[in-house]
Amino acid sequence: MNASSPPRLAVEALYLALGGRTLCRDLSLTLAAGETLAILGRNGAGKSTLLAALAGLRPPSAGRVLLSGRDYAHWGTKAAARLRGWLGQRQEDPFPATALEVALSGRHPHLARWQWESAADYAVARAALRETGLEALAERDARALSGGERQRLALAALLAQEAPLMLLDEPLTHLDLNHQIAALETLARRARAGATVVMVLHDPGLALRYASRALLLYDDGNSATGAAAELLRAETLSRLYGHPLLYAEAEGRVAFVPG
Amino acid sequence: MRSPRPFLIFPLLFVLALASLAAALMAGSLSVPPRELLAALMGEATPDGGLTAQVLWQLRLPRALSGFAVGGLLALAGALMQTLLRNPLADPYVLGISGGAGVGALTALFLGLAGFWLSGAAFGGALAALLLVFALAQGDASGAQTRLLLTGVVVASGCGAVIALLLALAPETRLRGMLFWLMGDLGSADAPWVSLAALAAALTLAFPFARELNLLARNPEVAQTQGVDVRRLRGLVYFIAALATACAVVAAGTIGFIGLIVPHLVRLALGSDLRLVLPAAALAGGALLTAADTLARTLIAPEQLPVGVLTALIGVPLFLFLLARTGRRG
Repeated sequence: MNASSPPRLAVEALYLALGGRTLCRDLSLTLAAGETLAILGRNGAGKSTLLAALAGLRPPSAGRVLLSGRDYAHWGTKAAARLRGWLGQRQEDPFPATALEVALSGRHPHLARWQWESAADYAVARAALRETGLEALAERDARALSGGERQRLALAALLAQEAPLMLLDEPLTHLDLNHQIAALETLARRARAGATVVMVLHDPGLALRYASRALLLYDDGNSATGAAAELLRAETLSRLYGHPLLYAEAEGRVAFVPG
Repeated sequence: MRSPRPFLIFPLLFVLALASLAAALMAGSLSVPPRELLAALMGEATPDGGLTAQVLWQLRLPRALSGFAVGGLLALAGALMQTLLRNPLADPYVLGISGGAGVGALTALFLGLAGFWLSGAAFGGALAALLLVFALAQGDASGAQTRLLLTGVVVASGCGAVIALLLALAPETRLRGMLFWLMGDLGSADAPWVSLAALAAALTLAFPFARELNLLARNPEVAQTQGVDVRRLRGLVYFIAALATACAVVAAGTIGFIGLIVPHLVRLALGSDLRLVLPAAALAGGALLTAADTLARTLIAPEQLPVGVLTALIGVPLFLFLLARTGRRG
């Protein structure tokens, strides 16, 4: 990565409206390789809509979203998929598919139309299953997995995609505490290796621990962006959630406890 | 690396397809033993002075090939519709294509038209329903394609009402033909090459998109971020499935359950990868309908059953059995 290359993700004067309500106004932001951004806000503030706009799934009402310097239309669907991956909130499968097949689906943008998955693609998918602790369930029908296992499987498919920009909508949903940390550690490893991670999180303590930057999205569409350590403080968070939060620290780890 | 099962299943399907075609050629009021069948197909003289050859070439072969093509079209369209709607219970008729074809065909029969005009009216009706549903459901980006499904179901029931009206008003003499058309019948399917070409075209068009369809079936939004142009793919699949259905219905009326059952049977054998399911469904659907039609011709000979009734009679218990089984497992 040289100094002149464009940022992984650049947001310019973004404006998002949904159903007559302004979810986000005049948001600008750039993210470089290795950065991790946590998006926090109340239910219904528009975090998922914002993430979908960053992923190119929803056109902005105004402003631009640039992926490695160009907009999504310039890249086209398939090239964009080699640059950014997205993990949604809903994991569902109407048809039977093994966990390995689901993880392999992340390899799609790397394959030509007539190509079948190679041994290398299988290796990447298996490694992703290993990283998410699903190795033993590779041949299991995804529909028979528990909610937390399915969430980890979705993460495995995202990891297998090997996109340098990863956008995750509540990646910790349904996960036990140990798996929450494991998932965040996995993403942190990817970030150290040069990936850019954007995730919607509900736990400001974990956001402070794993994100270098934070974006607070308020209900009125205003937002604040900054270094996680600056922004994630009891006063700002209490205002964000409309509920007093207390700062607690144990052995160097920080938690925000609802008062 | 991959499961070896496809290497067993596909040869098996080829054998079944050939067997069903051979049985369709051999069975009937004039039974043709294998040796004579081969001789007649090779163009050699048969002992009865060409009667066997005539029956084979002019009656049985066109009908067997039509049955195979129609079965393949229906199974392929069913697999595509189930993927498009992300609903395992969808069949080729769910979006009203067959209803439109039915209105067209029955109007033609009502007016005493036959042959080209009947096919033309059926295809016109199917095309009208296809375009109407597509235009009304335009812009439905929901995962389950709820608006598309609802539009299709409503158009189908509207067509059902028109069909009932036509049946009520039809003169007695034409009623039987109209009912047979509705139940699905290969008796008048005399242009197998058209249906076979449609099957080849549909499979050739759909197959290159099979991997993208796998992702679409799983989760359309994730598919989009994995590099699938979901909007374009949906439009393409809708038109392939709808036109395949229209061709099948024009050739043989509304034959039920092939389009619903065969994709499920194939998935049980091969898994959900559409790169395997699509060609396997075309083969299995063809073999199943050819076999069912042979039974329909011979079970109560010299009377003929409408093959659509037979596929429903076989299909309903089979499907209920599969549903109960998967229900217990899930």
